[in-house]
Amino acid sequence: MSDVKLIYERSVPGRTSNHITLKVDVPLTEVKQAIPAKYLRKELGLPEVNEVDVIRHYIGLSKLNYGVDNGFYPLGSCTMKYNPKVNDAMAALPGHGLIHPMQPVEMSQGALQLMYELEKDLAEITGMARLTLQPAAGAHGELTGIMTAKKYFEHKGEGVQRNTVLEPDSSHGTNPASANMCGFKVVEVKSNKNGSVDLDDLRAKMSENVAVFMLTNPNTLGLFDPTIEEIAKIVHAKGGLMYCDGANLNANVGIVRPGDLGFDIIQLNLHKTFSTPHGGGGPGSGPVGVKSHLVPFLPKPSVEKVGEKYTLDYNKPHSIGRVKAFQGNYGILSRAYTYIKSLGREGLRKVGENAVLNANYMMARLRKHYHLAYDRVCQHEFVLSDEGMPNGVTTMDIAKRLLDYGFHSPTIYFPLIVHGAIMIEPTETESKQTLDAFIETMVRIHGEAQSNPGLVKGAPHTTFVKRLDAVKAAREPVLRWQPPGK
Amino acid sequence: MENPRELRYTKEHEWVKIEGDTATMGISDYAQHALTDIVYVELPKEGREFKQFESIAVVESVKSVSDVYAPLSGKVTELNKAVTEKPELVNKEPFTAGWLFRFKAKDLNELNNLMTAEQYDAYLASLKH
Repeated sequence: MSDVKLIYERSVPGRTSNHITLKVDVPLTEVKQAIPAKYLRKELGLPEVNEVDVIRHYIGLSKLNYGVDNGFYPLGSCTMKYNPKVNDAMAALPGHGLIHPMQPVEMSQGALQLMYELEKDLAEITGMARLTLQPAAGAHGELTGIMTAKKYFEHKGEGVQRNTVLEPDSSHGTNPASANMCGFKVVEVKSNKNGSVDLDDLRAKMSENVAVFMLTNPNTLGLFDPTIEEIAKIVHAKGGLMYCDGANLNANVGIVRPGDLGFDIIQLNLHKTFSTPHGGGGPGSGPVGVKSHLVPFLPKPSVEKVGEKYTLDYNKPHSIGRVKAFQGNYGILSRAYTYIKSLGREGLRKVGENAVLNANYMMARLRKHYHLAYDRVCQHEFVLSDEGMPNGVTTMDIAKRLLDYGFHSPTIYFPLIVHGAIMIEPTETESKQTLDAFIETMVRIHGEAQSNPGLVKGAPHTTFVKRLDAVKAAREPVLRWQPPGK
Repeated sequence: MENPRELRYTKEHEWVKIEGDTATMGISDYAQHALTDIVYVELPKEGREFKQFESIAVVESVKSVSDVYAPLSGKVTELNKAVTEKPELVNKEPFTAGWLFRFKAKDLNELNNLMTAEQYDAYLASLKH
C-alpha cells in the first residue's frame, strides 16, 4: 500500500501562503463585534498548508484517478460516454457560468430561455407534456416522480387506497428506495425466462391498491420489453400509473418515445444520456416529465413564456412544491442543452442506434468465451456471468484483472437476478478499435483463468493499490479523519 | 454444510424451527454462501406483526442488499443482537448462532407451505444447472 497522505496530515501549524492585501472601500467591522461570542470557535481544525502543498496534493490525487477521458469505461447502467468539451465551453460562457440564482428574472432571460427550450426538447424526446428540471440526480428524480404520483392520487381521493408500488425484480435499487421514502409498500413482480416482466405475475399483483408500476425499459439486463403495451394496459385498467426509470434512455433516445409506450411519468438522467461529466459524485440532473393529467402536481416554479418574456410561475396550488433550491443544477442543464442542439434530431437518433450496435457487437464476440445470461438481441448493454469459468475464477477476479490492462471494470454483481453478473455498456462514443481491444483482453483473461488462475485471483498487480479488503471496509468503516489522540 | 433435518425451508432460502410456542428463523447456508460476506443485518422491531412471506429483514453483503422474508405469519418476540454486532455469524453458523429473530407463530398450518429438508435439498439441486 502506497503512502497517500490526507491534506490534514500535511498540515504544519502556522504554515500559510502570502496573501494579497486588498484595499477595501467599505467600513470594516471586527468579527467579534459582528458575531456573538457563543457562535465563535477558537479552533477550526482546518489543515494549515501553503499553496505548493495544496497543488501537489491534488495534482497527485488527480493522477490516481481514472475517468472516461483516460480510457474505456464500460460501467453497465451508468452510460459512461465521452462528454464533448464543447458542452463545458458553453457552460463556462459568462452568461451561464457567472450567473447568480438570486438575479431577478429580468436579468436572467437567457438562462430562462435555455431552460424553457430544454424542457421543450426533452418533452419532444420523451413524449411527455411538461417536465421539471429541478431534481439533482436520477434517484432524486425518481423521488420527485413518485411524490407527484402520490399527490395526484391524493387529489383524486385515492391517497389512502393506493398504498403499493410494483417493481420488477430486475429494478435499480433506487426504485424501491424512492417508493419506500414516499411511504409506499413495495411489491416485486417476477421476470420471466426471457428477462421480461412476467405478465401473469403482474396481473396477479396489480390491483386498485397499486399506485404505480415502476419499470426501466430497456431493463437492467439491457433487454427491451416487447410486451410493454400490454403491461401498460394491465396497469391502466386498474387505475395505476406507469413510471419509467429513464436511466437506460441511451438505448432508444431519438428512436422510441417512452410516452408513446404508455408511460405517464419518466425521470431522465441528463448526466448519462445527455452527456455531462459524472462518476465522481456529480453533479447530476434528473428532470421529471409527465403526461398532461399530472402536470398540475409537478414541482414549482415552472418556466413560462409570456409574449417575448420568460418568467417563473409560482401560482400552482396543487404542486408538490420545490424539490431543490433555485432551478436545479443549472451547469448541467446548459451542458445537456448544448449536447442536444449540437446533435439535433438525426444525431440523437444515431446515439441510440450506435449504442445498441456497439453493445450487440461486443455481445456477439464475447458470448463465445463467457456465459451469456439472456440470449436475446440486446439494447445498450448486456449481461455476462462467471458461470463455467475455469478454476473457480469469479466475476470479482475478472473485474480486478481488467484494471491491470488499463480498463475500467464493467458493473459487477448487478442485476441481482443474474448470479455473478458482469454488465457491459460500451456507449456510442467508443470506436471499433477500442471495443476490439477490450474484447481481446476479456478473451485473454479467460485464457489466464485456465492456464494461470493465481494470476487472475491475485489481481490487480499493476495498480497503485492492490486488491482492497471490501469486507473490512464495510464492517469497520472509517468515515472521517480524526486528529491523532482525539 | 448439511441442511438440518428438523427445519423447514422457504424458496427464498429462509429456515424456521418450531420449539413449543416459539419459532426461530434465519437464512440457509446456501443463502449465506450466495450472498458472500455479510456486512450488515437489519432486523425488524420487537412486537412487529407480519404475514407469511412478507419482507421482514434485510441482509447486506459487499455484493448486494437482499430482503429476508418471513417463513410464517407471527409477531416478533426476540432479536439476535449478536448478528447485528457481528454479521459474520450469519456466514459462519447460519443454522445456529446466526439465527435472526424469534417470533410467536400465528398459524402452524402455514408450515405446509414450506419445504422439508429433503424437499429443500432437491430444490437446491434443481437450481444448479
